[in-house]
Amino acid sequence: MPGWLRRHRGIIPYLFLVPGGLWLTLFFVVPLITTASVALQEGSLGTGYRLTFNFGIFVEAIQTWDTQLVRSLQFGLIVTVLTMLIGYPMAYTIAFRGGRYKNILLLFVIMPFFTSFIIRTISWKFILADQGFVLGTLKDLGIVEDSFRLLATPVAVISGITYNFLPFVVLPLYVALERIDPRLIEAANDLYASRFQAFLRVTLPLSISGVFAASLLSFIPAVGDYLNAELLGSRNETMIGNVIQRLYLVNNDYPQASALSLILMLGILVSVVVYRRFLRGQELTV
Amino acid sequence: MPEADVRLDRVTKRFGDFTAVDDLSLTMERGEFFALLGPSGCGKTTTLRMIGGFEEVTAGTVYLGGADVTELPPFKRNVNTVFQNYALFPHLDVYENIAFGLRRRRVPEGEVRAQVKFMLKLVDLPGYEKRRPNQLSGGQQQRVALARALINSPQVLLLDEPLGALDLKLRKQMQVELKRIQSEIGITFIFVTHDQEEAMTMSDRIAVMREGRIEQLGRPEELYERPASSFVAGFLGVSNLLDGEVVGRHGELVDVQLGDGTLVRAPAAASNGDTHVRVGVRPEKLRVTSSHTEAPRSVEDTNALEGTVLDASYIGVSTQYIVQTADGHKLTVYAQNLETSGASEALADGQTVQLTWRPQHTFVIARTDRDVDATPQYEEGQVPS
Repeated sequence: MPGWLRRHRGIIPYLFLVPGGLWLTLFFVVPLITTASVALQEGSLGTGYRLTFNFGIFVEAIQTWDTQLVRSLQFGLIVTVLTMLIGYPMAYTIAFRGGRYKNILLLFVIMPFFTSFIIRTISWKFILADQGFVLGTLKDLGIVEDSFRLLATPVAVISGITYNFLPFVVLPLYVALERIDPRLIEAANDLYASRFQAFLRVTLPLSISGVFAASLLSFIPAVGDYLNAELLGSRNETMIGNVIQRLYLVNNDYPQASALSLILMLGILVSVVVYRRFLRGQELTV
Repeated sequence: MPEADVRLDRVTKRFGDFTAVDDLSLTMERGEFFALLGPSGCGKTTTLRMIGGFEEVTAGTVYLGGADVTELPPFKRNVNTVFQNYALFPHLDVYENIAFGLRRRRVPEGEVRAQVKFMLKLVDLPGYEKRRPNQLSGGQQQRVALARALINSPQVLLLDEPLGALDLKLRKQMQVELKRIQSEIGITFIFVTHDQEEAMTMSDRIAVMREGRIEQLGRPEELYERPASSFVAGFLGVSNLLDGEVVGRHGELVDVQLGDGTLVRAPAAASNGDTHVRVGVRPEKLRVTSSHTEAPRSVEDTNALEGTVLDASYIGVSTQYIVQTADGHKLTVYAQNLETSGASEALADGQTVQLTWRPQHTFVIARTDRDVDATPQYEEGQVPS
């Protein structure tokens, strides 16, 4: 160890933060500043861009794309609720009833990751297709009408996103639930709480940090997702991610695309803070 | 006739192939401090958990105050538990922890406040309402756990190794405290422990358990003075056991011939008419004297054995001797340092000595196969204790 480090031992923990810090500066802070600056420029690819501090672009972007913005937040919210409703019982069962099968069950949860996100979503397209093996069979049997379809509906897009983010919800919930001492639940039962009351008063409050982490891991990527809407939806399911992608790569309208990106970030940030407040309020369980 | 508060009638609990509690019948009386004592894996905790309703009974019936509660879940039984390591709710403060049971039963807020206050006073923790469990010491957590259970005025309080997590000094203090609280509120306490001293200090009666059965049940002094088996003799304190045959009877006493031919006498009542017996005597009941000095003794009312001192250790209040008899048995003797003071006055290693004790202090145990390996083997963390 060089002499200087030996004299300033206290600095060592901070040195461990340097690689991550550099990485995030390069790939997060710099692009963020660039995005903010691009949003405030005017011009075109042909004539070049100039920084004009055109703050009006945010208002304009919101007014133009309000439907998609609202839809994205709605879909994100529905997906979060759905993943929680499906994921919590899964995580609960694995944590408390998994016994020696815990690891195998967790492996099943992350198994889908062994295949690419895109491939999995494309196969949903086959599964949900109008004459695919599910709907085709149901139609042949006369259980659903011939005109009934799932593909290109909100149901398809929301199902796709829910499916894709489910593991991100199950894992943090599992970690939070697994840490709970089963004797606490016995203690609640001993103190006249029924099984359901014990869940409400002990298990749920003690897993609330997992619920928060899980909601973030599903809400944030869900709101910004564009792949599921692209593959499973129609123009009626277009989400803000699709708009940003099109503005950047098809229309080359960089300022507007940047402005929308920032609006999306801010929207998510505000939602998260409000949600955190809400959970804090619930934590004092009387 | 005291009223029965808890009665177990031929209760059995199996976990797969393992029989944790085996055809156990037991009655705890109202207001008594009852201990289930035994080594890990003897079924004491399982028994407690069946009374609490946390384990389903494989066979048999559990009665609480005369009512059959075998099928009732814990929240419908009028018993409360102080869990091992307390199981306090980490997300609630002391006040809410203690109030938990009352809130579930929808007791009005004003009454809750008054009762929590009373309980905090009872366990000597006033002013701790707003603390979280992780801000409390082990002893304080123990008191909160006690208050949280007692506030519900249960018919019976179950305590699972309540003092196991405390250090020795605090444990002694809490033993006294628990006794005080119990006599103050007068409800039945049933507690599980593997610590024989703790069981002896606190309980009115003790059930010594082994392999899912009750080995012996009685008051602490009964168990100590007249253990019914080598296991009990070995589990409660140190005991010296010698095999022998009953060869004669003199009124209240029987003659037992030991392996080396020595005759000793023991109370006839204790021998139960068995011929193959094992006689025992507690180390503090033995008097050790140098063979050269003629000990004041009359053959009639004194048992005597010759031996050699293997080891003498001075431990302050007493000196502990290991004495080997002619046929190779090693006996432990605690000699009170009543007149001697210091290691120099103790008998030296290798010295020939005479051990004497009164026949009334001899206990007799029937020799059975189960006596093999009677010394308890403590091993923490075994399933399920």
